[in-house]
Amino acid sequence: MATATATKKKSAQWDPAEVKKELLAKYPAKVARKRAKQIMINEALGNETPEISANVRTTPGIITMRGCTYAGCKGVIMGPTRDIVNITHGPIGCGFYSWLTRRNQTDAGPDGENYMTYCFSTDMQDSDIIFGGEKKLERAIQEAYDLFHPKSIAVFATCPVGLIGDDIHTVTKRMKEKFGDCNVYAFSCEGYKGVSQSAGHHIANNQVFRHIVGENDVPKEGEFKINLLGEYNIGGDGFEIDRVLKKCGITPLATFSGNSSYDQFASAHQADLNTVMCHRSINYVADMMETKFGIPWIKVNFIGAHATAKSLRKIAEYFGDQKLIARVEAVIAEEMPAVTAALKEITPRTEGKTAMLFVGGSRAHHYQELFTELGMKTISAGYEFAHRDDYEGRQVIPSLEVDADSRNIEELEVEADEKRFKPRKSAKELATLEKAGYRFKDYDGLIPDMEKGTLVIDDLNQYEAEKLVELMQPDIFCAGIKEKFSIQKLGVPMKQLHSYDSGGPYAGFKGAINFYQEIDRLVNSKVWSYMKAPWQTNPQLSATFAWE
Amino acid sequence: MRKVAIYGKGGIGKSTTTQNTVAGLVEMGRKVMVVGCDPKADSTRLLLGGLAQKSVLDTLREEGEDVELENIRKAGFGGTWCVESGGPEPGVGCAGRGIITSINMLESLGAYEESEGLDYAFYDVLGDVVCGGFAMPIRDGKAEEIYIVCSGEMMAMYAANNISKGIMKFATSGSVRLGGLICNSRNVDNEKEMIEEFAKKLGTQMIYFVPRDNDVQRAEINRQTVIEWKKEAQQADHYRGLAKAIDQNQMFVVPKPLAIEELEKLLMDYGLMN
Repeated sequence: MATATATKKKSAQWDPAEVKKELLAKYPAKVARKRAKQIMINEALGNETPEISANVRTTPGIITMRGCTYAGCKGVIMGPTRDIVNITHGPIGCGFYSWLTRRNQTDAGPDGENYMTYCFSTDMQDSDIIFGGEKKLERAIQEAYDLFHPKSIAVFATCPVGLIGDDIHTVTKRMKEKFGDCNVYAFSCEGYKGVSQSAGHHIANNQVFRHIVGENDVPKEGEFKINLLGEYNIGGDGFEIDRVLKKCGITPLATFSGNSSYDQFASAHQADLNTVMCHRSINYVADMMETKFGIPWIKVNFIGAHATAKSLRKIAEYFGDQKLIARVEAVIAEEMPAVTAALKEITPRTEGKTAMLFVGGSRAHHYQELFTELGMKTISAGYEFAHRDDYEGRQVIPSLEVDADSRNIEELEVEADEKRFKPRKSAKELATLEKAGYRFKDYDGLIPDMEKGTLVIDDLNQYEAEKLVELMQPDIFCAGIKEKFSIQKLGVPMKQLHSYDSGGPYAGFKGAINFYQEIDRLVNSKVWSYMKAPWQTNPQLSATFAWE
Repeated sequence: MRKVAIYGKGGIGKSTTTQNTVAGLVEMGRKVMVVGCDPKADSTRLLLGGLAQKSVLDTLREEGEDVELENIRKAGFGGTWCVESGGPEPGVGCAGRGIITSINMLESLGAYEESEGLDYAFYDVLGDVVCGGFAMPIRDGKAEEIYIVCSGEMMAMYAANNISKGIMKFATSGSVRLGGLICNSRNVDNEKEMIEEFAKKLGTQMIYFVPRDNDVQRAEINRQTVIEWKKEAQQADHYRGLAKAIDQNQMFVVPKPLAIEELEKLLMDYGLMN
C-alpha cells in the first residue's frame, strides 16, 4: 500500500522555456511582458551573464513575497543589535509585528544590556495623526531613557509618520543634545518607500554610518581584526562563525548586525578588513568605510562547509601572515572530518534530489552551496529584493538605471577622514595580491553559479510559486513564512531560510551538519506522500456499467 | 434638511459669505447649523461674536471619547448652531484627517438627527479640495449641494474649476451636486458677465453677485454679520438676496470642468473686452 501511494508522478523532464511560458500564460499582456524580463532561463551567452530585470516595482494585484522598507530597516538591519532601544514611531501594529520575528539570537554580554526582547512603540492614535506625533515621540524617547539609560536610542518612521510629516530628525537631535550621554537618531524608513525592503537596508546603512560608525576611538585589542557585514545571527549562525574565526586567531570586531552591540558599530572603523556576507543589505556600509577609513572589503560566504573553508583561507591570504595561514589550515583540517562523516552518511539519501530557493538578497545564492554538498541540484532560484548586481555581478553597477524609486533613497557623499583614513595595505601590496588572483570589492552574483537551463526568477509571487512547484515538482522549496503553508499544502516540504523555522545554526562547519540533517529529515519524510487519500491516486476498484 | 458646503479659493471670503448668508436664512426663520472645517477655527466668529468656540478636536483631545453634543456646539446669532472642527497648529499633523474625525463625531453624537429640527447644515471648508480629508464634506452624501465662492480674478476661477473637478468625481458615485457660483466681487472688469459665462460653461448658474462694500469689513470689526450690525444697510439686503436665492434654488448639476485653455480663453475674451 505504502509503495502505491508514495509513487508521486515525477515530471523529471521539463523544458525551461515551456515552464516560463506556463508561468506567464495567465497574465494580462502588459504584466506578462514585465514578468518575462524577471524570469530568466540561465543560458550560456559566451562570456556574458544574461541580463535580468530586478529591483522594480511589483505590479499591483500580485501577491508578492516582498516586505516593506520599515521591515528592512528596523527588522533586518537594526533589529539584531542588543543594546540600542529601537522605538517604532507609529501605530502599534508595525512595532508588534516586527518584534522578535526574525529569530536573531543574541548574547546579552558582560553588561547584560539587552533590549531585543522589548517592543517599544509610540502607539500613535487618531489624535496623534491629526495633531502630529512629535510631542508623543519626545515623551517616548524620554521615558525610554529614564527607564533604561541606554547608550543609544533609534527611532523608526512608519507610513503615517511620513504622511503627516513629523520631523523626527529634529526631535532626535534635540533629545541627543539634551541627554548628552545617549546617541539618539532617526530613520526615515516609511514602509511605502522604495520597491521592497531593500530601500530600508540602504536607509539603515546610511544612518548607521552617519551617526555611529567611528564614534569610539578607544583602541580595540586583538590580532587580525575584521568586521563581518551582512550576517544577522539567525538561529545562532553568528555564534558559529565567531567560534570558527576565534579558533583561527582572527578577531571579529563588529558584526553588522547579528549579535552586535552599539560599541561594535562605533569602533568598527578600527578593523583592518571588512568581510561581506549579504552583499545586498550591507555593501553600502562596506563601500563607505573603505572611502572614509581605508578599510578594503571582500565578499565571503560562511554558508556551506567548503565555502566556509574558502572564506577563511581568503581572510588569511589577505593578512598574509604564515602563522595565521597555518592556523586556518589546522582549523579546517580539524572541523572537516565531522562534516565529511555526516555527508557520507546522509548524501546517499539526498543525492539527485532537487531544490528551489526564493529568499532574500543573498540567501538564495549562499544556500545553493549546502545543497550542492548534499548532491542536490537547485533547479530554480531567485531573490525577493535583490538588485541586478546580486544576480549578474558587480560589473553591472555602472550600467544600473536610476529610476524614481532609487532616487528617492539618499546616497551619502563620503570623503576620506582627515585624521583616521589609513590605507591598510600599500598600493604595492594590493597589486601583488590582485595579481595573484585576489579579488577585492567583488561579487559575481547568483547567475554564474547556477547550471545551464535552470530558471532564475526575481520577485517570485504566490501564484508563480504554486505553478512552479506544480510543474517542476522540486523535492524541497525554500522561502519565508508567507510561503510556508501554501507550499506545504501542495505536498512539498518547505524550509524557511529567513527564520530557519525553529532550527539553526546553519553557518560554518557545525551549522552545515545541522543543515544536512534537517534537509535529510525533510526530503525523506514519508508524510508528504500521505497528502492524498489512497483512492485519489490509486483507486482500488474499477468497474464498468453493464450496458457499456 | 439641506446639507450645503461652501468651497472656494483661500481668502475669497467663504467664511464671511457663509455667515452673512446664514444670518439671512435665520431672518427667514430657518434653523441652521454651521460646521467650520478649517484648522484656524474662525468660521463662526461673526455668528458667535468672537472666537468663543472650543473646537471638536480640542474637546476630543481633552475629554477623551466621552464627549457630549453640548461640549462642541454653541448657539450663535438667531439660534444658529455653531461648530468648529479645528485641527493642528500650522505645519504639524494632518488637518484632513481631523475633519474626517470631527464630522464622524458630529454624526455619531446625533447633531444631524431629525429631532434637532435643522433646515440647513452648512460646511465652510478651507481653501481648495487639497486632500481626502478636505473632500470629506462632499463624500458619502455628507453635503449634497455645493456653492463655490469666486471672483473674476484668474486664480479664483482656476480654483473654482478645480473644485468642480472634485465635485464631478464624487458626484458620479454619490448624490453631491453643484448649486452654483457665488460671485464675491473684487471689482474686476466685466466681472459679472464673465462669471455668468463661466458658470454657464460649467453647466451651472451664477446664483448671486455680491458687490464689494466696506460695510462687510466694518461689521467684521464688530464681530457681527452685516444683518446683525446694520439691518438697513444695502449690503444686508444683498445677503438676504443670496439667502433667498439659495433657499429657492432648484438647479443642481454635475459640473463640467473646463480645460485650462478654455478657461484662459474666457479670461482673455472678457478681460480684454474694453
